[in-house]
Amino acid sequence: MRLEVRENISMVRLMAALFLAVGVSMAVCSVLIIWGGASPMEGWILMIKGALGSKFAVSETLTRATPLIFTGLAAAVAFRAKLWNIGAEGQFYIGACVAVLLGTHGEMLSPFVMIPYLFAAGALAGGLFLLVPTFLKTHLNVDEVVTTLLLNFVVLLFVNWLVFGPWKDPMSMGWPQSEPVLDSAILPILMAKTRFHLGFVIAVLSSIFVWWFMANTTWGFEIRAVGSSIKASTFAGMPVNKTIIRTALISGGLAAMAGVSELCGVKGYLTTDLSPGFGYTGIVVAMLAALHPLGVVASALFVAIIYIGADSMSRAINISNYIADVTTAVSLLSVLVAVFFTRYRIKRG
Amino acid sequence: MDLMGFFLETGFWMACIRMATPLIFGTLGELVCERAGVVNLGIEGIMAAGCMGGWMWVYLGGSLWGGIFFAAFVGAMFGLLHSLFTVYLGLSQHVTGLGITMLGSSLSAYVFRMLLPRVTTPPKIVPFQPLDIPFLKDIPFLGQILFSQTALTYLAFAAIIVVAFILFKTPLGLALRMVGENPLAVEAQGLSVFYLRTLAVCAGSAMMAVGGAFLTMSAFDAYYIGMVNGRGWICIALVVFSSWKPFKALAGCLLFAGFDALQMRVQQQAGMAIPYQFYLMLPYVFSIIALIIMSRKAAYPKALLIPFRKGER
Repeated sequence: MRLEVRENISMVRLMAALFLAVGVSMAVCSVLIIWGGASPMEGWILMIKGALGSKFAVSETLTRATPLIFTGLAAAVAFRAKLWNIGAEGQFYIGACVAVLLGTHGEMLSPFVMIPYLFAAGALAGGLFLLVPTFLKTHLNVDEVVTTLLLNFVVLLFVNWLVFGPWKDPMSMGWPQSEPVLDSAILPILMAKTRFHLGFVIAVLSSIFVWWFMANTTWGFEIRAVGSSIKASTFAGMPVNKTIIRTALISGGLAAMAGVSELCGVKGYLTTDLSPGFGYTGIVVAMLAALHPLGVVASALFVAIIYIGADSMSRAINISNYIADVTTAVSLLSVLVAVFFTRYRIKRG
Repeated sequence: MDLMGFFLETGFWMACIRMATPLIFGTLGELVCERAGVVNLGIEGIMAAGCMGGWMWVYLGGSLWGGIFFAAFVGAMFGLLHSLFTVYLGLSQHVTGLGITMLGSSLSAYVFRMLLPRVTTPPKIVPFQPLDIPFLKDIPFLGQILFSQTALTYLAFAAIIVVAFILFKTPLGLALRMVGENPLAVEAQGLSVFYLRTLAVCAGSAMMAVGGAFLTMSAFDAYYIGMVNGRGWICIALVVFSSWKPFKALAGCLLFAGFDALQMRVQQQAGMAIPYQFYLMLPYVFSIIALIIMSRKAAYPKALLIPFRKGER
């Protein structure tokens, strides 16, 4: 038995592979539901109802998908260039910190100025933050996987210090949280009586922009080329290091926008639990989308359905809501295999 | 503040050795994987699985050593999964490893919550007790530091010697190192690249899991979700720091644990002068600095991250 490269990669086969991967993760999830003493069918119905069954449920799912689109895009862009940015979690919090730093001052600014300003500043800070491990990679040969991962812990401790120390809101009754941002910094709600906010629209527009950018610009082409082969890109005279640095700015920026959007759209103030691992889940989102920027929107919605659905299912049938994390982890692993078999086939002999 | 005083205290050095133990297992495990050409980013999740698995075994009535074997078995199974993906199919080692980490961490949390649904205070087990080595323990100063630890710590030190011996003094070790440098040459010798790499990844992952188990079964007596807390990532940095050499890895782990123990003592002494979060950042910052120092001339195993497919160049 050996593996053989397929001559052409068909779009149909890729889509089939992605759906197969989703199927496998649902099967594993079913086993976990059975263990919890419920029937999988019942579990799945509860999950779908919890995520899509009412106007409120849909709004919650869309709200959850919003940061995942941003972090998914961050991973998709970086992984295209084989820049292993696993630090989206840290960059997310950098964005959120900038939103608090700048969003609590400037009463005279109108929301039309304030919101774009916060997104731009947050994105810049996140991009610059990712430049640190990126420079270490390009100039000192330091593996960016480990440095970006470790920086996540540093940033989270920093945020912890901020909300317990200098940024602690005196009006918060002792809760470790920052002062809320000004009303002009709050993203408008798009559906009455829900948390569904403008961030979702910005996220979808970002993914369209990233798709256009990657497909139609020289920089986008260079990012893809460097990811395919550094040797070939160097030989073709492309600025490899510059391209990696540009990728870092974009990827870090997108991850930080998730933080700005979540802070200004959902909470309004900074806490250490603003992100339940959005940065890491973004990697799953990007892989499920086969790194395609538009696919990121669909896969972010899928992952959001799992999380929101699992929350309400786990309450109803009394199993742990960690089932959502297990399901997304399995879907990441199964999508890897599924996409692999769109490019290879097994041959006997 | 009497900094020098710490270094004369046996308590400080004992803490140092104790804190180094999980790092030794983890670093050694990662080292074995990488020597064979496979980066195992699953380490964080595998440690979590060992941490929960070993503890749960004992909590449900098993013996302590049974728990350690169970943790090692669970680790090896995750290693098998990792090698199925990265060695047999040649998938991205980075993404697969992160997937294994997510799976290991979330599955441990899920299993813990399912088996113990209604616990408010973390339940406890009776962990490994310090095991005095007769006679050696009575050596002044050093005896207490080195020979009054728990059995797992002795096992960690033994593991370093065993791994170093196998890697550098046996044909198996030669083959393992070669498979990380030049798999084609291994293939030409008639040995199986797949088999060797799988063996290395499974053995390495088992060691990582034992490192995780140390946390709940020796250093502490309870499990809580998120307990590994980045130790796995630190081990990966320590592997680079040690230039993929077992005894240097020991030195790295001890140095690192020493800094960690020191920052705790300084924190107690200096109190609130510097916020405690900054002390807690130090291990991560140290790891990054260690990476920066060593990466310039790091001699990575040549075939690291490169999948091997028969008949493909």
